[in-house]
Amino acid sequence: MKVALFITCYNDTLFPATGKAVVEVLERLGHEVEFPAGQTCCGQMHWNTGYQAEALPLLPRFLLQFEHAEAVIVPSSSCVAMMREHYPIMAERIASEGGDATLPQRTADLLPRVWEFSEFLTKKLGLTDVGAYYPHRVTYHASCHGLRSLGLGEGPQTLLKSVRGLELVEISNLEQCCGFGGTFAVKNADVSSAMLSEKTQAVLNTGAEECTACDNSCLMHIQGALHRQRTGVKTKHLAEILAHTEADEAVEDAPVAEVTI
Amino acid sequence: MSRVPLDPRTAPTFQAAAKTLLGDAQLRKNVRHATDVIQSKRRKLVEEKRDWQQLRESGRQIRAHVLENLDVYLEEFERNFTKAGGVVHWARDAAEAQEIVVGLVKEVGTREVIKIKSMTTEEIQLNNALEAAGVHAYETDLAELIIQLGEDQPSHIVVPALHKNRAQVREIFRRTMNLPDLGEKPADLAEAARKFLREKFLRVTTAVSGANFLIAETGGICIVESEGNGRMCLTLPETLISVVGIEKVLPRWQDLEPLIQMLPRSATGERMNPYNSMWSGVHPGDGPKTMHVVLLDNGRTDVLADREGRQTLQCIRCGACQNACPVYRQTGGHAYGSVYAGPIGAILTPQLMHMEHSQTLPYASSLCGACYEVCPVKINIPEVLIHLRNKIVQQNGWYAPESLAMKAVGQVFRSERRFRAAQRLGRIAESPLVKSDKRTFAIVGQKQEENTGWIGWLPGLLGGWTSTRDLQEMPKETFRDWWEKRGKQ
Repeated sequence: MKVALFITCYNDTLFPATGKAVVEVLERLGHEVEFPAGQTCCGQMHWNTGYQAEALPLLPRFLLQFEHAEAVIVPSSSCVAMMREHYPIMAERIASEGGDATLPQRTADLLPRVWEFSEFLTKKLGLTDVGAYYPHRVTYHASCHGLRSLGLGEGPQTLLKSVRGLELVEISNLEQCCGFGGTFAVKNADVSSAMLSEKTQAVLNTGAEECTACDNSCLMHIQGALHRQRTGVKTKHLAEILAHTEADEAVEDAPVAEVTI
Repeated sequence: MSRVPLDPRTAPTFQAAAKTLLGDAQLRKNVRHATDVIQSKRRKLVEEKRDWQQLRESGRQIRAHVLENLDVYLEEFERNFTKAGGVVHWARDAAEAQEIVVGLVKEVGTREVIKIKSMTTEEIQLNNALEAAGVHAYETDLAELIIQLGEDQPSHIVVPALHKNRAQVREIFRRTMNLPDLGEKPADLAEAARKFLREKFLRVTTAVSGANFLIAETGGICIVESEGNGRMCLTLPETLISVVGIEKVLPRWQDLEPLIQMLPRSATGERMNPYNSMWSGVHPGDGPKTMHVVLLDNGRTDVLADREGRQTLQCIRCGACQNACPVYRQTGGHAYGSVYAGPIGAILTPQLMHMEHSQTLPYASSLCGACYEVCPVKINIPEVLIHLRNKIVQQNGWYAPESLAMKAVGQVFRSERRFRAAQRLGRIAESPLVKSDKRTFAIVGQKQEENTGWIGWLPGLLGGWTSTRDLQEMPKETFRDWWEKRGKQ
């Protein structure tokens, strides 16, 4: 399949490794990836903070970039949730205010082809094993948007369980928010931090080396505290774990690999 | 013994109140424990209802239908309640409602009333108004009694004293009931409250209540409760005055069917409330001889007029959103500066205040969606929060500093060229703040270095992030730069 990657603004800028991993996994599975160059942001930050006028123009922009695609892959559940929940409302708003009247229909046509990365693998392609190898103890953080808006369910965990060498440890209070919430993290920094401390405590209690998720936004938040406390525990997007194979391990850790395997 | 009520007009910002409350470890422990217990009970009882999602949808439809036809059903209720021997009063705002209730109590000529837990009477600060008129109101719900005796404020709409633990309750009772030898077992505390209240039930002849539902077709009123204090207040006194928000009406008796299945499950994690009182009008020799209903607007018609905010009024006050909310879990209810705390309070209070107060409340949410998920009448609280944020942004004007920054970023996202420039600029701007985190490790006998930079301090609003969290530096190469290079190879 020819798929288009919507990397999202913050992954593009802050987490390029996630984008590279998505490309690697999709190409390994035999798909052709394209990257429409005019893409920027889905508009979530503006919309959710109350700046709807600033978010609106990003909808027609997204349509122009991705309308042609057979599938649009997005390694961020909150951006997909933004599109599914609010793009139809935004399209109606623009049309009703005298803007492009074709937007509601075009939005409705495109949205069923927009997939969060793990969701594309499990629901669209029906895969659980994508050929990854990752010999580490890992815990999975369910982001609120992945959990509640997209209904990812056990999908991401199923993918992780099929990764060779990976030991998946379940976190307590899986359904509880990490306290990121976009601008909430700075507007209500104290409450956000209190929420985060419960989450990092839960991560540490698992004894995992790494915490993974389908959203780098949550992970940036969790990592921010894990690093501040010098816990040594890392965060890594699900795509980066799925991209990892025995070949990578051999390069990174040759002598150990020879002894143990 | 009049306490300072929670008042959105004078309350500090959510941030300021939360900061103080976050420092109260005992309160946070109590709130966490109580909400965990109620949530796990709720979850079990919801899971056993296979038609839970259908129930929610029918609950939503009933409540939405009421709001679309509120005038019709309120007038129908008035006709039928009057026919059954009751008296209906209409109150535009809190002051009018206070005046009506105080007037009715004075007419009776009593200096004491007993009360059933009612957030609506808390909303209009009725106890203080009665006190000012020389009438003492005794709260008879256990939690409200604790709040009243402790000169405290309710922190939850269903379990108002959930921020207090057993030891604290014992201390309050010991002090205010003059019981130096009071034990610490739940039975001891319940017994103390029972003795204290029984005497009031038997002596005081006027009761004030709220209501869970009004039934238009029968002119009926419905109150659900757990302790039996409500049943006492509804049956023993001569005069009953119920203060009820205009949104609480239901068209038919039958509409209770889905709602009464969901309310106790959502509120306290029970299949059914121990006491469900439903009555219509006055009956000789049975219950109060005089019944009044004060129908309260107090900002509700304004909420109704807002197409997107309207669903807020679907609320049946179960409090499930408060128990599920990770923000409420940390701060408890007082941070919201209103008797309506938690997610429902964050959308209801500012609207009831005509968006003139409580403007920080719609931001007191990470938009995690847990509230929407548990709401028995499917109020899309995150959607309403976003709607109210938009209203506040418009109030603040385009020249507010945050607004200018957001507009600038908005412009950046509307052009690939500007977006790339901003990415480069960001890397340059952050560079003086980045501290390198060099780690050396050996691979195949060769020393290798991993160099990740971290930011521990950011200026201005962004400083909220670095107050407790580090931020990884921006990588040298964006994804799109890498993609382009890759294409050229």
